[in-house]
Amino acid sequence: MKIALVGNPNCGKTTMFNALTGNSQYVGNWPGVTVEKKEGRLKCHKDVVITDLPGIYSLSPYSLEEVVSRNYLLNEHPDAIINLVDASNIERNLYLTTQIVELGIPVVLALNMMDILVKNGDKIDLRKLETVFGCAVVETVAVKGKGAIKAAERAIERVNANKKQIPKHKFSNEIELPIAKISELVKDYVEPVHVRWFAVKCFERDKKILAEAKLSPQKLEQLEKIISPVEDEYEDDSESIIINERYDFIAQVVEETVHKKARTTSTSDRIDKIVTNRFLSLPIFAGIIWLVYYVSVTTVGTMVTNWTNDTLFGGWITQGATRFFNMIGTADWLTGLIVDGIIGGVGTVLGFVPQMLILFFFLSILEDSGYMARVAFIMDRIFRRFGLSGKSFIPLLISSGCGVPGIMATRTIENEKDRKLTIMLTTFIPCGAKLTIITMIVTTFFPGSTWIAPAMYFLGITMIAISGIILKKTRFFAGEPAPFVMELPAYHMPSLKGVLIHMWERGKHFIIKAGTVIFIACGLIWFLSSFGWDLRLTEDINQSMLATIGKVISWFLVPLGFGTWKGAVATISALAAKENAIGTLAVLNGVSMQGNAHALIDGIRSMFSSVGALSFMLFNLFNPPCIAAIGATSREMGGPKWTMIALGYQTILGYSVSFIVYQLGSVFFLGNRFGIGAILSVIILAFVLILLLRPAPKFHDFARHRSEINL
Amino acid sequence: MRTLREVKPGETVAVGRLKGAGALRRRIMDMGITKGTKIYVRKIAPLGDPIEITVRGYELSIRKEEADQIEIV
Repeated sequence: MKIALVGNPNCGKTTMFNALTGNSQYVGNWPGVTVEKKEGRLKCHKDVVITDLPGIYSLSPYSLEEVVSRNYLLNEHPDAIINLVDASNIERNLYLTTQIVELGIPVVLALNMMDILVKNGDKIDLRKLETVFGCAVVETVAVKGKGAIKAAERAIERVNANKKQIPKHKFSNEIELPIAKISELVKDYVEPVHVRWFAVKCFERDKKILAEAKLSPQKLEQLEKIISPVEDEYEDDSESIIINERYDFIAQVVEETVHKKARTTSTSDRIDKIVTNRFLSLPIFAGIIWLVYYVSVTTVGTMVTNWTNDTLFGGWITQGATRFFNMIGTADWLTGLIVDGIIGGVGTVLGFVPQMLILFFFLSILEDSGYMARVAFIMDRIFRRFGLSGKSFIPLLISSGCGVPGIMATRTIENEKDRKLTIMLTTFIPCGAKLTIITMIVTTFFPGSTWIAPAMYFLGITMIAISGIILKKTRFFAGEPAPFVMELPAYHMPSLKGVLIHMWERGKHFIIKAGTVIFIACGLIWFLSSFGWDLRLTEDINQSMLATIGKVISWFLVPLGFGTWKGAVATISALAAKENAIGTLAVLNGVSMQGNAHALIDGIRSMFSSVGALSFMLFNLFNPPCIAAIGATSREMGGPKWTMIALGYQTILGYSVSFIVYQLGSVFFLGNRFGIGAILSVIILAFVLILLLRPAPKFHDFARHRSEINL
Repeated sequence: MRTLREVKPGETVAVGRLKGAGALRRRIMDMGITKGTKIYVRKIAPLGDPIEITVRGYELSIRKEEADQIEIV
């Protein structure tokens, strides 16, 4: 038996789903799209599968989540639907209900957050609600797990009793009449249970439904003859007429069934008065963000990451394993593979996990409490200019610590285009590891300079702004601007259990999915750097396969001013972890990292000119991030195509920036001739300027088209 | 015709006609902003945009650009 869980965003659906299924969850994606699909088996009823549909406000044909949901409901034939309704915000929540009950699938209405309602002294007449919608109504408090199983059992009962869901609610006669006519017209085209739904959709001229139905031209003409006179009479389009009818009906239902006590200002209102107060909102915002950042990135976060990387994996486990393998007399190369390759690789992945969990813990609190929506509310003005939304702020901020959790934090952005764009751009903010590169280059080539390091952050932000504007005009991100009509949910005291579940769900994804990618890639880089072409283990990186590969690709880096094989190898190894760029340079120059810093500085200085060093640094800052972050990107982009687009863009951008800086820098600071490289740089700059300033081209319904293909 | 964009915080107004078309218009209506609905403008974001309104008993944030599509009576 299949039961679908449907409801608005912020109505407690995730909590409800957890209460229903416990630990038996499977998380995947809906076919062809990156909308998350969660399924699980109902507790105590293992033959019942619960599918958690995306949080939606309506079943319109315009958003991916809504189309995914209604396709599932119509094509996958779930046996019943549990419609979760936030009882403290019943009017808008019932709007979705009016659409759900038309589908002809048995519905159980779960009135959630009843505790808030009772506390306010309000009452809802459940019996009346059952009669009005023709479905079962159950009270639940999902946070406390109350009523969840009962709702599911009522759904099972209804399926077993073979109860049909007959839409009870009626629109006004002026609308019911044409809908009856349309029902007659289309009844042969659909299964009998879906007729009402289908007729209403035809009346709305829902493009997707009409396209699927393939009505004959005569029927379409007849349909038009039914709809147009009604539209003329109402002086409105049919879609709007139906929405109005639904809300009118709901207003009437609420009037009859909900008894509200006269309201004084609620706690949520009082909190909001302070938190988004005109004068206090920005300082409070800055304070909260600083606290989150300070704890999860700067202090505790770095401490646990360093501890896991250096002490746990770098020390105990590595040494323990080495000793163990030596003891049992394993071959050196095998010990190397296991200790340096596998344990080292896994360690790189797992080293991020504790920090990420801490960060997710705070993010979950911000989200569950309702403050995240306010962050977006406050920051939207700034980010919209770059084609992002207010919600992009958090990922960018976190990326200044580490790009991996930064990318993962984009999950809070509902709009798919905004989310993908943020994933692509967020790693342009220099992270902690890139700071190592900046520090090293500055102390080596520009000692005493106080402006270069801050300038890199500023440059990162500039790159994000420029990229946002340019990419928004390309076919990948163009299209109607996403409406920023965002609900600001009432403030809640987040429950510890809810926050922990949230935190774990996000962390788990990273460990499993990105972990495999990073693990393989780290192993590969280890292999290439430890073995020569004769497949013999080599101590000397100069003899390794990586060195040869470095030599091959170094020509590609010549125009950037560090086209030596050492520069190339350092850049490749920086992919494993950005701070490796410096470590590798040290190794290649025969300096051990623990040795004196002067030797390293001298070694590096002999490799680059000052402009070349600047270019080397920029390339490592802006080309694709480290493997961990690439893994996270691939996980969050939901497919190789988008991962390639992101990596491709980052490579082009990194290369161009370095190219321009090196070529023009050589002319201005090293007194080189104004040659072909400089001319090319000017051309690139001009091209960027054109991309930046050109008017956005029109891509006809490209986005909608694409989602049609995907679905 | 006045639009929601011009309404000062603290005022309550009723929705008249909705301009625009397609996804945005549908989204605005799906959120409960339909003809005759009462809207209370709570506040403007600290940087001047978007605005926060109360509609059908809950809080909604909407950009000024979109508020401009909502005529009021």
